Amino acid sequence: MIARDEAFALQYAEATPGENAASAVSVATLTRTIKDVLEGAFPPIWVRGEVTDFKQHRNGHWYFALRDREASVRCVVWARDTRRIPAAPDEGMSVVVLGDVTVYAARGDLQFAVKSLDAVGDGLWRKAFEETRGRLERDGLLDPARKRPLPFLPRRIAVITSADGAALHDIISVARRRNPLVELVLIPAAVQGENAPASLCAALDRLEAWGGADVAIIGRGGGSREDLWSFNDERVARKVAASSIPIISAVGHEVDISICDLVADWRAPTPSAAAERAVPVLSDLQRAVATLGRQLQEGAGLVVRDGRRHLEQSARRSGLAARRIVEHRRLGLEGIAGRLHALSPLATMGRGYVVATTADGHVATAARGMQPGDAVQIRFRDGRVDTRVERVRLTDDTQEEGR
Amino acid sequence: MATFEQSLARLEAIVEEMEREELSLDRALGLFEEGIEQLRAASAELSRAEASVKVLTERANGVLEAADFGA
Repeated sequence: MIARDEAFALQYAEATPGENAASAVSVATLTRTIKDVLEGAFPPIWVRGEVTDFKQHRNGHWYFALRDREASVRCVVWARDTRRIPAAPDEGMSVVVLGDVTVYAARGDLQFAVKSLDAVGDGLWRKAFEETRGRLERDGLLDPARKRPLPFLPRRIAVITSADGAALHDIISVARRRNPLVELVLIPAAVQGENAPASLCAALDRLEAWGGADVAIIGRGGGSREDLWSFNDERVARKVAASSIPIISAVGHEVDISICDLVADWRAPTPSAAAERAVPVLSDLQRAVATLGRQLQEGAGLVVRDGRRHLEQSARRSGLAARRIVEHRRLGLEGIAGRLHALSPLATMGRGYVVATTADGHVATAARGMQPGDAVQIRFRDGRVDTRVERVRLTDDTQEEGR
Repeated sequence: MATFEQSLARLEAIVEEMEREELSLDRALGLFEEGIEQLRAASAELSRAEASVKVLTERANGVLEAADFGA
């Protein structure tokens, strides 16, 4: 075969290949030539159109057709290039793409290889943002109730940012000015570029593994939307949400709101503001402690004074009570004494009565039974007299007894 | 060990309770002693040596530690 081809070639040495039937080229030559010519003729070019027939192949490549009212062209986005595009476009979405005209030589198919794709406006960025936000919201990670309070006076603040960025510088100078006792520990991470999400995740893992900080600031200074995009990464957001210590997010400027901001326990508009929120002013704290110390002393004085007053009061009260009790008893005693006195035979005797007792010690209550010569003792109020019976005279029967 | 915040909160609660004027002397004394202790802890927290900026580094054995950082 080779020999015959060479013979043809010699015979038509002057003819341009494909100029006539005899010099016809192979299909492969044709498609290869088309490929060389076309691919060499176009620099990377921006094209606008609508996305149709979008398919995501399982090897990660995207296929779709870009069309307008008059024409359409087949497009491919290689898997490695899809990573730079925030989200897959929707069917019918108006987009602008940057890419190269390529030809698949084995089929002779023209294919526009897209390197960059964006919706007209910033639709794709917004779409990607909303998709991520939606997934986190479904998992409850955006619930305000999840947000933890920040420590009032952190001992150690971890800072996840670039070691040479403006954010770190701002945070250090603000923290220093407010309270030089608070220790800052940098956990370096890439904050932009393709590796940034993985780097931020690794830094958050280290923060967790270390466990030495009370609060962490994660963020970076201002930049373009693409620069800040790693802070919209879902993996980063989930790590922030899973942190065991409160996290302050400080990404870009006031107007930049990131997914990271949404899941963090506190969103600071800038890195400087994050440091202000995290670090209380030392002199304020010293004043607060001094005031409390004074209040404590005053409180103690108050309690002591109060206690003494109570003590005096109760002493007074108990003294009074004791006196009252004694008085009461005294009065009671006098009453009893009076009553006793009234019953005392001594009182009767004072009125001129006496008591006579016989020799056997019994009170003599009757004259009957007494005999002359019997011993009788008479008790006066002031003493006793021993006597003997001279004669017995009974009131009703005088004679009888008198005999 | 209590954080500064906890010490401060406890102190405030103690002062408030003591000012309510309905305490037994015994209770007041206990509170006062505790208050002094919390006050000491809070003050100590505010008079630590000036801290430096550090960087978290990983040693060969995988242990993470905060080392000095030139900033």
